[in-house]
Amino acid sequence: MSENMSERVAKPKRPKAKSQLMAGEVLDRAYNDTIEAKARGEKIGWATSLFPQEIAETLGLHIVYPENHGAAVAAKKLADPFLSYAESHGCNNDLCSYAKIDIAYADILDCSPASNMAQPDFLLVANNGCNEITKWFELIGEKFQIPIFMVDMTYNHKGYVTESRVQYIKAQIEKVIKDLSAFTGKTWDQERFTEIMRISTVTRGLWEQVADYLALEPSPLSGFDLFNYMGPMVFTRGRKETGDVMRQLIAEIEEHIAQGTSTYPGTQEFRIFWEGIACWPYLSHNLRTLKKYGINVCATAYARAWSLDYTPGDMESLARAYSFTSSNNILLDESIRRRTEWNKKFRIDGTIYHVNRACKVMVCQQRELMRRVSEACDNLPYMSFDGDQADYRNFSEAQFETRVEAFAEMMRKHKEELQNG
Amino acid sequence: MANLQENLQYLKQIANHPQQQLRKYCEEGKQVIGCFPIYTPEVIADAAGIVPLGMWGAQTEFSQAKKYLVPFACPIMQSCLEMALTGVYDGVKAVMIPTMCDTLRCVTQDFRKGVENIVCIPFTLTQNRKIPAAETYLVEEYTYVRETIEEVYGVKVTEENLLASIDTYNEHNAQMRRFAKLANDHLDIINPIVRHEVFKSAWFMTKAEHLAVMKEINDSLEVMAAYVFTGKKVILSGITAEPEGLLQVLVDQNLAVVGDDLAQEMRQYRTDIPAGSTALARLAKQWAARIDPMAHEDTIRRGELLEELLKANGARAVIVCLMKFCDPEEYEFVSYHKALKDRGYTVLSIDIDQQPANYDQARTRIETLAEIL
Repeated sequence: MSENMSERVAKPKRPKAKSQLMAGEVLDRAYNDTIEAKARGEKIGWATSLFPQEIAETLGLHIVYPENHGAAVAAKKLADPFLSYAESHGCNNDLCSYAKIDIAYADILDCSPASNMAQPDFLLVANNGCNEITKWFELIGEKFQIPIFMVDMTYNHKGYVTESRVQYIKAQIEKVIKDLSAFTGKTWDQERFTEIMRISTVTRGLWEQVADYLALEPSPLSGFDLFNYMGPMVFTRGRKETGDVMRQLIAEIEEHIAQGTSTYPGTQEFRIFWEGIACWPYLSHNLRTLKKYGINVCATAYARAWSLDYTPGDMESLARAYSFTSSNNILLDESIRRRTEWNKKFRIDGTIYHVNRACKVMVCQQRELMRRVSEACDNLPYMSFDGDQADYRNFSEAQFETRVEAFAEMMRKHKEELQNG
Repeated sequence: MANLQENLQYLKQIANHPQQQLRKYCEEGKQVIGCFPIYTPEVIADAAGIVPLGMWGAQTEFSQAKKYLVPFACPIMQSCLEMALTGVYDGVKAVMIPTMCDTLRCVTQDFRKGVENIVCIPFTLTQNRKIPAAETYLVEEYTYVRETIEEVYGVKVTEENLLASIDTYNEHNAQMRRFAKLANDHLDIINPIVRHEVFKSAWFMTKAEHLAVMKEINDSLEVMAAYVFTGKKVILSGITAEPEGLLQVLVDQNLAVVGDDLAQEMRQYRTDIPAGSTALARLAKQWAARIDPMAHEDTIRRGELLEELLKANGARAVIVCLMKFCDPEEYEFVSYHKALKDRGYTVLSIDIDQQPANYDQARTRIETLAEIL
């Protein structure tokens, strides 16, 4: 951690909004439920963040998500011992920082004061976020000698999910349901499955509504706020209480609109698109730096990956949605198309690209993405910075600050040019 | 029939000068397709009379590739992209790229956008390989590859020609396995560099051509008296064992390579194309049967596989040729290096790069390994 960060005098924190407290409670409950279920002798699982949660939810299984857990550990600045442990136990420094935290956690099984995950009895894996997560979870499976229930979501090199992919994914999901039911002794209930999909669809609609408020000028919320609600969106979007969190958040946003206020702390001069995962160990630093130049994050593709669009009860539409939701599982042209649309909708002034050292799938086509999106959007300004979703060693506050300063100037000039025709 | 040394020299020349091979085929009026690591359905191209050439990069400085890839991307991908962008691959009409890892996913897109004169044919292999639906899906995926090749090259790929090519590939597999075995009785001739060149050359010839040479080499080795090797024996594992400067260190230390689990070498030949209803179904079945770290398995078997290789070939050490920034290899290393060490084997990991570098550090470590053994 840099001297700069540790020496900074802490300011009194803004009280958390009720919705944020509710989100925290939902998440804490999800962790605790899993620990209690384990204590009762029930089988509990660890899942990748874009595994169809509808399956476990329908079966009434308790699941935790190591990617979110890694993010929480990093955000609470607790990652260091886990990263060191992993690297001294065979993990290459180059591997995903979430994975390293998790592989170390699997040995240590304690990350207090952050929430702990109970030891898993099974793993649920989908490779729509990346390929390497399969190898990561294989290591966890091998360590605990537990089964992996996997859905291969097949990278889409065409602009749509081909029919053969849909059928292959559907067949895998059906097999997972059968095998997981047999392994856990749970019974599959198709009606409940449809109901879970309905609840998830309602939650999705509310989440979209929240994100869409960012299109207002000035925005009634800070875009970084969305990161505070991602835990429930990943863990419990199939549960009604997550909808309650979103409704509370919407009420708070409406209140801000009525009062002419915003959760963004300052004047909003620039509206930007944040590309990539948050730099969790430096979230507050990033926000503070952006605020200095009146920059608000008004759009991000990352948060929208959990906004799955399907028809309740229809397995094929679920297969299609999970295969096509993440930018990491689709072709570049589709990524450009989505960003061009969002840049227009949210009246974006520029893009910040997080060159995430931990995530090759996000950065190995990112340079072309930068150029193409900018070209497609009237030479939209952009900047990039070197960072890492969870490894604090791969980020420089000075680099970020310098680049943001220059970026603000670029956006200012670009806006002027547009205004002057 | 050429003698053994002539054949080995011939393959050495090809292994070390793939660009000359590309030019030769183009001058002969043949069409060429590039095959990215690790597995592509080469048979489809071969059946249409198109020459499949392997694309494994080369020792090169990265300049143009930096426009697309971050410095911590796989060196093979950086190198391949660099050569495609700078015209080294001119003459290749299309490339097949399997989206087997995260970097390969992205490279399909970088290639499409950046390399305008070469058609990119991405395809996605299955990970849940054993279920029937996986085969159905993969046959569809291979059908799309076949149709794209037909369109780009203006050819027709017939079932009859596919089946004939499958026979050639299976026969070639068998000869490569036979060579790997025979080589261990002639470690005076087949030193680590020669062994590597024999394997590498297969990527830059038609399989029928390579097969013919391999038959002669194997026949020559078979009738020679076995050589009693008194040095130390090792197994190699990883993606590639290059450049030759690294292998020269093994030669200098009188270390013999008696088996490998390298993507560029024996992994290609461990699994034949089995019987099946159609040629493409047979190719799909082959992928389902392969043992490869890029493919999902419920339990990692790499450690067991390496132990079998060690035992079968009388070796006590594995040199891991760890391709820099290769996630799948790095994850598996966590598991098998510990398992092998726990069972008393020596595991040495060496970083492999494709940018010109000296191997002084590797030399010191390999020298130490030779002393320990």
